[in-house]
Amino acid sequence: MMKKFTKPGLYLLLLGLAVAFPWLKFIGVDKYQIRIMTLAMAWAIAALSLNLILGYTGQASLAQGAFMGIGAYSFGILAQRAGLNFWLALPLACLITAFIGLLVGLPSLRTKGPYFAIVTLCFNVIVFKVFENWTWLSGGIQGQVVPQPAFLVQRWARYYFVLGCLVLVLVVMHFIVKSLLGVTLMSIRSNENLAEAVGINTFRNKLLSFVVSCFIVGLAGSLLAIENGQLDFTITSYLYSFYILIYVLIGGAATLAGPVVGAIGLYWLLDYMKKVGIKGVEEFRYLIFGLILILVVIYLPRGVVGGTKQFWEWAKTRFKKKKTGEVLE
Amino acid sequence: MTLLRVEGLTRLFGGLVAVNKVDFEVPEGNIVGIIGPNGAGKSTLFNLIGGSIPPTSGKVVFGGKEITGWNPHHVAREGIARTFQTTALFEELPVYVNLVIGRRMRTRSGLWDVILHTPRLRREKNETTGKVMEVLEFTGLGQYANEPAGSIPQEAQKRLAIGVALMGDPRLLLLDEPTGGVGMGETDNIIALIDRIRAMGITVCVIEHKMRMIMSLADRIVALNFGVKIAEGVPQQVCEDPSVIEAYLGECIA
Amino acid sequence: MSFFLNQLVIGVQIGSQYVMVALGLTLIFGILDISHFAHGHLYMIGAYLLYIVMVLGGINYWLALIICMAVLAVAGVVVERTVYRPLRGTPQINTFIAAIGLILMLETLVRGIQPKALSVPKPIDTTLRFAGITMEAQRLIVIVGAIVLIVLLQLFIKRTRLGTAIEAVAQDREGASLVGINVNRISALTFAIATSLAAAAAVLMAPLAFISPEMGSMLILKAFVIVVIGGLGSIKGAIVGGYLLGILEAMAIAYISSAYKDVFAFAVLILILAIRPTGLFRGRE
Repeated sequence: MMKKFTKPGLYLLLLGLAVAFPWLKFIGVDKYQIRIMTLAMAWAIAALSLNLILGYTGQASLAQGAFMGIGAYSFGILAQRAGLNFWLALPLACLITAFIGLLVGLPSLRTKGPYFAIVTLCFNVIVFKVFENWTWLSGGIQGQVVPQPAFLVQRWARYYFVLGCLVLVLVVMHFIVKSLLGVTLMSIRSNENLAEAVGINTFRNKLLSFVVSCFIVGLAGSLLAIENGQLDFTITSYLYSFYILIYVLIGGAATLAGPVVGAIGLYWLLDYMKKVGIKGVEEFRYLIFGLILILVVIYLPRGVVGGTKQFWEWAKTRFKKKKTGEVLE
Repeated sequence: MTLLRVEGLTRLFGGLVAVNKVDFEVPEGNIVGIIGPNGAGKSTLFNLIGGSIPPTSGKVVFGGKEITGWNPHHVAREGIARTFQTTALFEELPVYVNLVIGRRMRTRSGLWDVILHTPRLRREKNETTGKVMEVLEFTGLGQYANEPAGSIPQEAQKRLAIGVALMGDPRLLLLDEPTGGVGMGETDNIIALIDRIRAMGITVCVIEHKMRMIMSLADRIVALNFGVKIAEGVPQQVCEDPSVIEAYLGECIA
Repeated sequence: MSFFLNQLVIGVQIGSQYVMVALGLTLIFGILDISHFAHGHLYMIGAYLLYIVMVLGGINYWLALIICMAVLAVAGVVVERTVYRPLRGTPQINTFIAAIGLILMLETLVRGIQPKALSVPKPIDTTLRFAGITMEAQRLIVIVGAIVLIVLLQLFIKRTRLGTAIEAVAQDREGASLVGINVNRISALTFAIATSLAAAAAVLMAPLAFISPEMGSMLILKAFVIVVIGGLGSIKGAIVGGYLLGILEAMAIAYISSAYKDVFAFAVLILILAIRPTGLFRGRE
């Protein structure tokens, strides 16, 4: 009985905190913090998108940075240059990103493991170079202005909008994971050959999850663009692909909370380290970042959330043993 | 009626001939045993039929349809299910989830069903759950339903692999050494299971090493050696065939 | 015509660098199954070490070359022991991620200490002219140096006991350990060889361009392209692929456009893997 209520209870509590966040001035939440949280949540959406292909079909894509940039630019160009209404530009930007994802996925999803990682990384580098050099598209160093619709001019409005998107993405992913589709994706990660042998078209499923993930990361990119009000070609950097991968792995792949915890936690940590770090050498935070990554992949391969879950399970069985006094195997 | 017919099936690996112009037939409703020493090409034969490897030449005809060179998932949907010599399961997933996955190809729910919460999704989930309960009982795995597949005993894993294969309503079941690594007493469990499968009307093709077991179980036997078929017929016949006796050094027991 | 020849020579020189880096990578990837993405950054450390030893320490270029190769060999062994060995047996993507962590550490460490691009003087500062070709002596040094090292590597693998042991592990790791070949020792040795080759590439290349913290990034991507196309673990593939890419790139810069020169290699890779998902030549799966 207790079990049934603790999990949704926890989520409601977190949601409540998230909703109350901008008003918590007494613990020091100011305009800057709200902005950081908004950006962190957009990155969380990007991390969730990678989680769909990495945690559930087992493919490590290093092109999420490129797709994020494509989504951001699609939105910027549609909203500013084509003058489209916000409610039309946003979904359209996501669809464009998903479509390009389809074009990229078709040739590359036949490769596996590190080959797939390298192909996607190469794609990201190509996209970056194109945006860097094709100034008509990207606006070069000046970049592209991103218009904010009237209802999102206020900082807290943008915060709640991004929060709403994050919750929506989490809900949809929750339904996917619990469904027959989710089970199918997990089977591909678990044992691709067996999945094929039991009649699952692994290529089609991998492509589907890739396209959906591109749709979601396109949304993340657009949200980042809206929050920043402007864009330049650096948003397509392959470094962002690495960061998104790191957020997912440190938070814990194959869980829903993992990527969110990883993205928001690490984004805040990086920002905090910027202030605490030695003056003028804020770059050093990436050194610690890299060290954390190595340590996590060696000692905590299931990430913070996965590791916590594992520990919890272990603690429960130990506790049960103690109670019954039995010596289980 | 012949359910499966294999004609001139050949597979070369570089210079090595793993399977050499093999022909045989599997009549519907039968249990056909495939025997042969190690390296005779038995598993490769299953891989060719199941689509994991394309044949170099030859034909595979199933239920009157030619399925040569089809992708594994295509072959599975057509009605051929298989198990593998090294037990293949979704190890970190619970036993019942393994079974659910086995049923997936017979369901049609996709992304839109998930997002829109269609009645089809709910219906197929219920149907799948029903089938899972059936197969859990049929294979005697009820007690392990929630355990990770990799953590249950070896012999139960073998039964689970068969269960997963059954979830898809196959017409033909290819079993690759279903009693491999399993002790004497537990072998009988699996033999009984195969008998019950035959009773359900499913045709079975079994690769086996344990001669006594296959002789009593099979209706027909196909013997391979060095990729070549050396004998085919009822167990008694095959047992008395001189080339089979030679290959097995007289180990045959009628 | 002489313009074309000049470009060809430059292509061979660029290719020489690629080959030296790709050789190490293909050995590590092919023999040890490790996605050693940090190889390019160890190359970068080699270049910075040259600066320290040669410009700050005043040591002669050729001696510095030897020092850098030796030190980097040790660094490679340390990296293998501390970062990759704990991950043996886990899915290969884990080594990729650990490598990314290492890259971040190395790059920010260097950038934090010295963010400006540095340069190193040429040991022989002359321009050679022959057969209608004009080229700086340093380019010839790179080409010759690469050939010398490749030949030495081949001799080592074919003629020495350790070398044949490496080849044995490349073909069958389990079998090799059953025969008593020490896999740990082979791993360390492979990393030592690979990293010292990268150091040599860096030292030979350094006088021709600037040394910067991000100089390893593009290089490692291209090295992966070469290794994948040439076949994991295939020395021949790395050599052919490296020179080919170098020449094609030089031609692309000269005759097409220099802005997109990097893109060229990657587009080729995507094309090849789209047609043959496991690479061109058969290496290890």
